[in-house]
This record gives sequence, C-alpha cells and structure tokens, in this order.
Amino acid sequence: MKKNLWRIGVSAAFFLAGIFVPADPHWLSLLLELTAYAVIGWDVVWKALRNIVRGQVFDENFLMALASIGAFFVGEYSEAVAVMLFYQVGELFQHYAVEKSRRSIGELMDIRPDTATRLQGDEAVAVDPFEVHPGDRILVRPGERVPLDGVVEKGTSLLDTSALTGESVPRTVEEGQEILSGCVNQTGVLTVRVTKEFGESTVSRILDLVENASEKKSKREAFITRFAAVYTPIVVIAAVLLAAVPPLLVPGQLFGDWLYRALTFLVVSCPCALVISVPLSFFGGIGGASRMGVLVKGGNYLEALSHAQIAVFDKTGTLTRGVFAVQQITAVNGQENRLLALAASAESRSTHPIAQSLQAYAAGRSPAPAPDTVEEIAGRGVCAVIGGKTVRVGSRAMMEENGLLPEHAPEDPSGTVVHVAEDGQYLGWIQIRDQTKDGAKDAMAALKRTGVEKTVMLTGDNERTAREVAGELGLDAAYAQLLPDGKVRQVEALLQEKRGNGTLLFVGDGMNDAPVLARADVGIAMGALGSDAAIEAADVVLMNDDLSRLPRAIRLARRTLRIANQNIVFALAVKVAVLVLSALGLANMWFAVFADVGVAVLAICNALRALRAPT
Amino acid sequence: MKRTYLLKGLDCANCAAKMERKVSAIDGVTAAHVNFLTTKMTLEGEEARMDELAKKAEAAVKSVDPDVEVKRIG
Repeated sequence: MKKNLWRIGVSAAFFLAGIFVPADPHWLSLLLELTAYAVIGWDVVWKALRNIVRGQVFDENFLMALASIGAFFVGEYSEAVAVMLFYQVGELFQHYAVEKSRRSIGELMDIRPDTATRLQGDEAVAVDPFEVHPGDRILVRPGERVPLDGVVEKGTSLLDTSALTGESVPRTVEEGQEILSGCVNQTGVLTVRVTKEFGESTVSRILDLVENASEKKSKREAFITRFAAVYTPIVVIAAVLLAAVPPLLVPGQLFGDWLYRALTFLVVSCPCALVISVPLSFFGGIGGASRMGVLVKGGNYLEALSHAQIAVFDKTGTLTRGVFAVQQITAVNGQENRLLALAASAESRSTHPIAQSLQAYAAGRSPAPAPDTVEEIAGRGVCAVIGGKTVRVGSRAMMEENGLLPEHAPEDPSGTVVHVAEDGQYLGWIQIRDQTKDGAKDAMAALKRTGVEKTVMLTGDNERTAREVAGELGLDAAYAQLLPDGKVRQVEALLQEKRGNGTLLFVGDGMNDAPVLARADVGIAMGALGSDAAIEAADVVLMNDDLSRLPRAIRLARRTLRIANQNIVFALAVKVAVLVLSALGLANMWFAVFADVGVAVLAICNALRALRAPT
Repeated sequence: MKRTYLLKGLDCANCAAKMERKVSAIDGVTAAHVNFLTTKMTLEGEEARMDELAKKAEAAVKSVDPDVEVKRIG
C-alpha cells in the first residue's frame, strides 16, 4: 500500500515535470513522461504480456497497457501517463474499498470460536474446537463464546445470544438446559457436556449458511455475470471498428484521431464496477439480515422477499403462542375429572401443544392412567386403549366419522374443542384456548405498511377460532379446518392470486409444514434457533420468535435491491455515456479512467450501506 | 463431494467471475463457486475423481491469475 503511494508520488512528479518543461527540445518531455510511465505502469505491462502468453487476451492489464501505449504512439505522451496514473490511483482506492468490505464481512462472521477448553480429569486444556467430540466436557468461562452445542452440567449463567438471534436481552441457562454455540457466556462458569461435533454445531452451520448464500444467485447477479462475459469482447470489437472504419470510409478523417477514440473505448471495457458491487450488495444484505437474527439462504430469496405480496401464516406457534390453556370441561354425565384424566392419558404420548396443555392441566387434578396403546390419526386426534377400553380424543369430525354425535356440545364454540368418547359412548368436551403472540398485531400492521397486500392465516382449528384470531390480528383472510395437505392446496390456490413479480411468503414453525414451506416462493421458519430440521427446510429462518423481524427483513431486502439497482444503473449509464462521448470525440482518456475505476469505487461504497441492519 | 479452497491474493472481481466460469466448465465438476468477498472457492464433483478435479481447478484458477495461491481449507 505504502509502496504504491510512493510509486504514484514519484511518477506524478515526473509527469508534471514533463508537462511543464519547454516543448523544445521535444525529446526532453518524452523522456520525462516515459520515466513516469515506467515507474507507474511496468507491472501492468508485465502482467499483460504474461497473460497474452497464457492466452488471456481481454484482461484489464492488457486493455490498460494497450490504451496507454497506443496513446504514446498517437503522440499524447502526458495523456498516456495520466491514464496509467489514474488507473493505479483508482486501483488503490478500489483495493482499499474491497479490503474494507472484506473486513466488515469478517467482523460479521467473527462469531466462530478459535478454541475450546476441554476438561480432562481435573485439568482444563485449551484445544481446537475440531478436536472436541460429543460426550466430552468443556468449560466455558465468563466472557467466552460457547464453542460447541451441548447441555449444561454444572453452573448457571446469563447468555448473550445476540450473535445468533439479534436479541439483546440475555437469557438464563442452568443445569440440564441446552446451550448453543455462538452465544457469549456473561456471568458464571459453566461445565458443558458436548452433544455435537464442531462442524454440526449451531455456530458453524449458521456461518456456512451465510457464506454459501452467495451460491444461490439473484436474478440481478446472474444478469451481471452473463453481461460481464459479453461486454468486454463487444466493446473491444467496437473499438477496432471505430479505429478502422471511419478513416477508411470517410474522406479527410485522420486515423490518429479515431485511434485515440478507440483507445478510450478500451479503458472503459472492464465491467469491474458491476462485477464487484452487485454481489457485494447482496452479500451485505444477507450479512445485515443475519445480524438481526434473520438467516437468508440466498440472494434469490432476498429478491423474492422484497417483492412480497401475499403473506401466509400458520396459526399455531406462529401467530399464536401455541401455549394452550384449558378453559372449560363439560361432561355429559357430570364426571369432569374422569373426562380430563382419560383425555390426558390418551394424549400422554403426543407433543402437540393441545396435548401438552391437557397433560399440564390434568397433572395434580386427576391422575391419568397409562394407556395400553395409542394411535395418532392425522388432523383428527388420537385413538387409545386405556384399561381395555377404546378412548377417542379429537375433533368433532372424528366423532362424527365414528357415529358419535356430540349432541349437547356447542355447535360452534369459541376456542378449540377436544371431544372425548369411550367405547362408542360420547362423554363430553374440553374447551381450550390459544393466545395470540405479543406484537403479532403490530407486526401484521407493519407488513401492510411495507406493501404486503394480503395477509392470510391457515389453521387446522375450527372456523370460529380462526375468525377470532384473524379479527384480533387484523388479517385479511383465514382458512380453517385444514389438514396438512389442505394447507398445501390452499397455498397453491393463493399462488394463483399473485400478480406481476409479486411473491408469496409462508411463515411456519418449520417442524410440521415442510411441504408448504417448499411450495411457497419463500418458505420462512420462525423461532428456529436450535432446530436443525427447521433451518434445513426453510429458505429464510427467523432465529427467534419475534414476528416483527419479518417486516424488518422485507425492508432490508427492499433496500438491498434498491442499492443493487442503483449500482447497475449508475455503472451502466456512466459507461454508456463515456462510450458515446468518446466515439464522438468529446471525451478524453481521463474521463474514461474515471468511468472505469471511479465508478467501481463509488459503487463499492454504496454497496457497503447494505451491511447495516435497519431498525 | 464438496471441497472448499481459500484463494489467497484474489483481488479482481472480474477474475473471480472468470475463474468460476472456467472451473465450472471442467468435465466432472458438478458445481463450482468463487466468492470474491470471502476469497473462497467451493468445488463439487464425483468423490473418486476429486484429486484430479482439484488439480484441474487449480490450473484453471492459475490460468486467470498466476499470482493467486490455492489452499484447501475444507
């Protein structure tokens, strides 16, 4: 860097001297300019020659060497040096800008722990995290980053999860709890039993995702790549024609003039500004998103997010907390406790939120007998054998299919109703309610403000609950009583409603909705921190449970696209303008050098804005 | 099978694009990406031919910019 500054200084001195010495004798200024050129341009010329030998013709070095040497031959000595001088100054700036962006990205990625402290007997030894394997015990001191995923064996502490979730409020961990790599231990000393290899741990997976996100190119990136491949040859061919055709066809035109114009063409023939700045914008956008706890798995998804037109949500666990509470038990024969015990027993092997609420409510009130067998019936409920009797627990549809008519049950009760039957006899129902998430309503309003036209909820619950939740949150539509395949069909129907380049987002918990996530333009899993399956299935992952990240992510995607578009338009417009002006003989080489490197530097600086996460 | 390489000294974005095109065109390579910003190249191909493909990929990278060093990191 410093060496290059010296070179530029020395060369500039000779360059100025060459301009200000008297024009006579002629060789004096030529000698000074040649010296200036040799100082500043030798490496470019050398690289150009070396690449020609290797069969690489249209590279930057070759074009700059050709343009500047050509200028010497046309007699424009100072111009020839100026071109090379400006080019090197520009390269220096560009280098600096690239270094700066690499550093910003490096900082973003600086959550990878370098060492782990492994406990070997009584000794604590610092080792490479790659050498730690599941089953090993590691020590995490305050201030250290958790290197591998595991379970806390000893100690309690506060964890800063902001690198993973973008969440600034620390979380407490204690014995027996799961701990994820990438978090920073803040207060206590923890002993952790490792459960995953380093390569499989959360921090490695997240970094891999962000780094490899650039492999899935956006339409704009793909366009730039194709454009770059044809742009240089076209400009070079145009330059050759420009040098040859007018002097031959139009009488009185000097070859020297047209050659100079053609050489100016060559200077702007590198698509560098575009090739750097557009991928950098997307990379920055993806990096900025990860900083707020949103993983975007590719530039194409960022592009799709920015065109969000319809947002579809799964209800349970996404819009509602998925924490159900038993509201009312109604037994036909008056035996409420028995009804509750049977329901809790039949659901005792299920992890479904409704089942868990039943178990929680039953615990301590009415001891549930262990079931003999349990069979899950998708979208309906469960059928269990308890004490030799067949117990069915599930939806109204399930009861009706088995010829059980819950006559006395409310026709359209509010909340979720679980019906219970024993050996073909209807016993009664339990009313359960789910609560909407804090901030869900604001998030829906914010989505509308960002330009999402339609918000839709899909649920397996009944009409009434769906309508209530949708009304409470201000959603445009709600579709109830959908089985998993019904959700896919509903999403397919909604996909037909899109217009233009609008996209459909589906937001779910990523656990039971993989087919729907795959069908949507952008499949979004939320609250997915620590769930490998959800991170795998989705295109965009909201690491924590906060719905407000979604409108923020859309705004960030829009801004990224805007920056990429600005760079494309700006770089192309300047290049085209310089090409036209130089063909007309109105632009000189200085101008052209600015169009080449100056635009690249400005575009990189613009792209760096994409790294900042919006509020 | 996927391998990752660090391209030390990669300092021209257009070269990175050229390298990606050239490496992708190698017979037997199923996918190749050159990331200018992280200066990393990923190479995917048939497991049995990986060593041969890696050699060809390195040659392709060097043909665009002989000053770039190729180092395997994963």
